[in-house]
Amino acid sequence: MSRELIVNKIKDGTVIDHIDAGRALYVLKILGITGREGRVVAVVMNVESKKIGRKDIVKVEGLKLKKEQVDKIALIAPHSTINIVEKFEVIKKYKVRVPDILEDLLRCMNPNCITNQPREPIKPVFYLQKESPLVFKCKYCGAKLAQDEIIRQLIGE
Amino acid sequence: MRRDVLSIMDFSKEELIALFEETKRIKKELEERTTLNYLRGYVMATAFFEPSTRTKLSFQTAMLRMGGEFIDLPPEEASSRAKGENFADTIKMLESYADVIVIRHKLEGAARFAAEIAEVPVINGGDGTRDHPTQAMIDLFTIFETLGRVEGLTIGVIGDLKYGRAARSFVLGISKFKPKKLYLVSPPQLSLHDDVKEIIIENGVRFEELTDLKQVIADIDVLYVTRIQRERFPDPLEYERVKGSYRVGLDILSGAKSELVILHPLPRVDELDLSLDKTPYAKYFVQAKNGVPVRMALLKTILKG
Repeated sequence: MSRELIVNKIKDGTVIDHIDAGRALYVLKILGITGREGRVVAVVMNVESKKIGRKDIVKVEGLKLKKEQVDKIALIAPHSTINIVEKFEVIKKYKVRVPDILEDLLRCMNPNCITNQPREPIKPVFYLQKESPLVFKCKYCGAKLAQDEIIRQLIGE
Repeated sequence: MRRDVLSIMDFSKEELIALFEETKRIKKELEERTTLNYLRGYVMATAFFEPSTRTKLSFQTAMLRMGGEFIDLPPEEASSRAKGENFADTIKMLESYADVIVIRHKLEGAARFAAEIAEVPVINGGDGTRDHPTQAMIDLFTIFETLGRVEGLTIGVIGDLKYGRAARSFVLGISKFKPKKLYLVSPPQLSLHDDVKEIIIENGVRFEELTDLKQVIADIDVLYVTRIQRERFPDPLEYERVKGSYRVGLDILSGAKSELVILHPLPRVDELDLSLDKTPYAKYFVQAKNGVPVRMALLKTILKG
């Protein structure tokens, strides 16, 4: 019996599959899902995956992802696939893509970067430098932003 | 087309060589006349938010000797910044007055931000610990002029390679000219940033990091000396321990090539012994003097193409 069948299929909603093992709770956090919304939510963690060794899966009934949310998922779990489910069928499936540019989403870690200056009309901008491991570079000061820091900022720790 | 000068990385080797040729022509013309007319009617603004002697004065001299004029942002206490005016508004004001803006700022990325705000070209006169592109142009030109080439040399860079923007910009600049070997001599805590190392590796430059210059001095064609600042060491005792190893004097130079070129972006404190000044190695005053013609050539290139 397949491990995917641990939880029931959802009727309408989104399945986020191939989340890097151990990061499902981060994904829920950035989607703002606490479990108190009354939606059916299934979280499967650390199951075997042919593609990435071990993986997490999140299924959320009635959820439609916005582009910003998909971008954030890509930043936390770059291997994720998004399955859109309608009437128990997957009607669309796609891989998340790490954005090439992040505008006004994350903060530069360099205290001497001009983007950290108060009262200046400037937004932090980062360019993707490397996908694996994930590294972005500040457009202004060139400082790097690595995966663990990206996660920390996105989940608001 | 408008051209900003934010980092030495924005210039190709060919563009740098063209700039050096232009500098040579300008130097030749200056032998005949004290002032040239290429930039008559142009106004340059210097906005130095951090102290500077050479960079600011040489930019201002360069503009005057090109027949142009300059305005200078007064120190903070005498300007609207004392009333709390932000950087962006200051730049907006300057771009409405001047044809080009030269900026120095303690914050990294300040010049890039200014270039986004201003319609007129922005030249980075040094920001934070990262970029000082015009200093690197002067350093490379001095090598070009002294040795007749920049390509394929064995280069030593000694001092604070981590926080020193002149050293960092020089390393990035020289790497475009395929050095035979690059020796990076510094205390381990002041070694070159990984991001610069990644770039020089991408450029296929062979380099070696070491703490003792003596081992390699005999190989070196150009020695670039920079200052190690006491405040970079959390422990003052540690500074006292290492500073002697990064002081260049006649003793260290025994065994050096007779045509060795020593450069220093200046100001120096005691990392470069005064006894070197009269040796044929010393090219740092020539280098400082080159600040004017290189910046003349750069201003002409930026404003007139």
